[in-house]
Amino acid sequence: MTTVTTTASPAALSRAGGNLLALTHVYTSTLVLGIGALFGMLQGFSRANLIVMPPAFDYYRMLTAHGVLMALVFTTFFITGLFTYCCHETMPRVRSLTLGWIGYCTMLAGTVMTTIIILMGDATVLYTFYAPLKASPFFYFGATLLVLGTWCVAADCIANVIVYKRQNPGSRIPLPAFIATTTMIMWVVATLGVVAEMLLLIPWSLGWTPGIDVGLSRMLFWYFGHPLVYFWIMGAYAIWYTLVPATFGGKVFSDALTRVAFISLLLLSTPVGIHHQYLDPGIAAGWKWLHTVTTYGVVIPSFMTAFAIFASFEIAARRAGRHGFLATVRWLPWGNPVFAGPALGMLLFIPGGLGGIINNSYSMDVLVHNTMWIVGHFHITVGGPVALTFIGASYGLIPALSGRKLYAPRLALAQVYTFFVGMTIMSTAMHWAGLLGSPRRTSDVSYFGSQGAATWHPLMLGAAIGGTLVAISILMFIIVATGTYVANVRSEVPPIFAFAPTDEDAMETPPVLDRLGRWAVIALVLAILAYVGPVTTQIGAHAYLAPGMRTW
Amino acid sequence: MHLHRSERLWIIFGVAMLAVFLGVITTAAVVDGLVPPSRVQTIDPTKVAQTPPFDHPGLRMVSPGVYEAYYVARVFSFTPATIEIPAGARVTFYVTSGDVEHGFSIPETGVNTMVTPGWVSSVAHTFAKPGTFLLICNEYCGSGHQVMAAKVVVKS
Repeated sequence: MTTVTTTASPAALSRAGGNLLALTHVYTSTLVLGIGALFGMLQGFSRANLIVMPPAFDYYRMLTAHGVLMALVFTTFFITGLFTYCCHETMPRVRSLTLGWIGYCTMLAGTVMTTIIILMGDATVLYTFYAPLKASPFFYFGATLLVLGTWCVAADCIANVIVYKRQNPGSRIPLPAFIATTTMIMWVVATLGVVAEMLLLIPWSLGWTPGIDVGLSRMLFWYFGHPLVYFWIMGAYAIWYTLVPATFGGKVFSDALTRVAFISLLLLSTPVGIHHQYLDPGIAAGWKWLHTVTTYGVVIPSFMTAFAIFASFEIAARRAGRHGFLATVRWLPWGNPVFAGPALGMLLFIPGGLGGIINNSYSMDVLVHNTMWIVGHFHITVGGPVALTFIGASYGLIPALSGRKLYAPRLALAQVYTFFVGMTIMSTAMHWAGLLGSPRRTSDVSYFGSQGAATWHPLMLGAAIGGTLVAISILMFIIVATGTYVANVRSEVPPIFAFAPTDEDAMETPPVLDRLGRWAVIALVLAILAYVGPVTTQIGAHAYLAPGMRTW
Repeated sequence: MHLHRSERLWIIFGVAMLAVFLGVITTAAVVDGLVPPSRVQTIDPTKVAQTPPFDHPGLRMVSPGVYEAYYVARVFSFTPATIEIPAGARVTFYVTSGDVEHGFSIPETGVNTMVTPGWVSSVAHTFAKPGTFLLICNEYCGSGHQVMAAKVVVKS
């Protein structure tokens, strides 16, 4: 949508095409976020016993839609849009966008198919679709298409990098493109698990196989399920490292260490999934312990990221003559939603990350597993830091990609703070309810007036209040995002959403960090090492197959 | 590669913290046997009603104060629906599913495990205080999941 003049260079033309593709991804994610938020709010009301959902919108059906749309669709579309932008902006060249558009259309087709099936009530299996709950085959087809579409986006990023390296021998892959490609490689390694699970589920849902090895399907799901979390986080980190410092004239703390952090995440995100299955029968305690250790490993790149981001704040503040903690905090541009969104997200990520360490703690997980604590945890991680970062970045991305002025910037600013307050209230209430034992994924927790269950109710009211604030703030976001497009006010100066340059004091980037093919192989080997034992044991147990069932 | 001094300290702090956590967890696992429920025993989920001991689910006394409880989870109830034990009893629960994935959780105790069709889950707990405990399914299992509950009555 950037105006292309007849004298535009091939690079500018490539950017314009890439911008439209990226913008389409971002607007799709915005729409999905709006629908998902509406469903989420209705669940909050329903669970707090404020409303009774009509049968066509029953709690579990809406919960499935909310989980699939938020966890799998909103996040994925935003990240693929962001990474398309990262690649096309920093490695511009004349190259067909066909693969990118094929990817987008495949993702969209998969999303539409899955959503329709869920809303028809033929796939009330929640976003984890645990067998032997048996959904319509179209649910599994749609989910597979969504994943295959992302593989096209990954192939597009990788192809861009290969051509760039050929044309610019000796130079480093630009940092944003490096981050995008590394993350997409991690995503491909991780989604191998869910695609393998689909190869079990699809023939079974079509009635071609009599039953399903439930333990194996769960293990394949969680092989994918935890790196999915890191996929979201890496999308947010990409913004924190490269885009947030630009909002206050700061710089990337260190190009080399940023690459080290992303390579660590590529290597360590996948060999960890069994920590979601601590309470599963059929998996020996030793394998569970092994995954506790590897999961702790992923904490290290997060520590590095926390350091690098806050260092970029402090260094920029010092250059502006501000010294000390409070002076730095006051100096930062809290009035700019593009900064405030991600920065408030970072604040939420502190309790979010600490909660994650608790969940991963092997024996301690028993106290929180499948309680509302877990729901609180992923709302204060993906629902907070990730969503708030993506929303904040959208306020920079949408104008930059469309060449339009941001509509109602004050509403945008109020939006990120409203979201922050709402999410803090909601997730605190959820964590608390979980500690008291309130289960997750349950439409009504009164349990025939049981005394213990009565203590959970006030906290559900708190969650509903916080959730309402979040839903209102998402409505504000939709107004700003849609308004920007519809109002169509061109700015005199083309709005830019620049990547921050690297600090000139930082060290040289060693060429080995750019050897993405080699790192991809190591990532795959680590994943195989962590899973070869559990998976062969699972298959070797010759578990009885379970027939499929529709219990909704 | 060169690391900034304060960054090095920060990362050492992070790694040391994780090493302490891991040490505590591992010690508790090895010394106190504090490990998550991880029984490895298969069962045909289509023949639960014919497979002993799940053909007669219920409470068995092993010795005074020591019990075994066999549960079958099916949409949307547990069998047995109620058990009665004296305070101070040590109960080992064995649970399996006759249909889909369920959960088996007694809030405010350490009893919490997944119940997977095809497998037998096991978890033990000592009920020190008298009272009526709610036993709930905490994994979504279908449209009646919210009513899937049972009772453990601990008598003084």
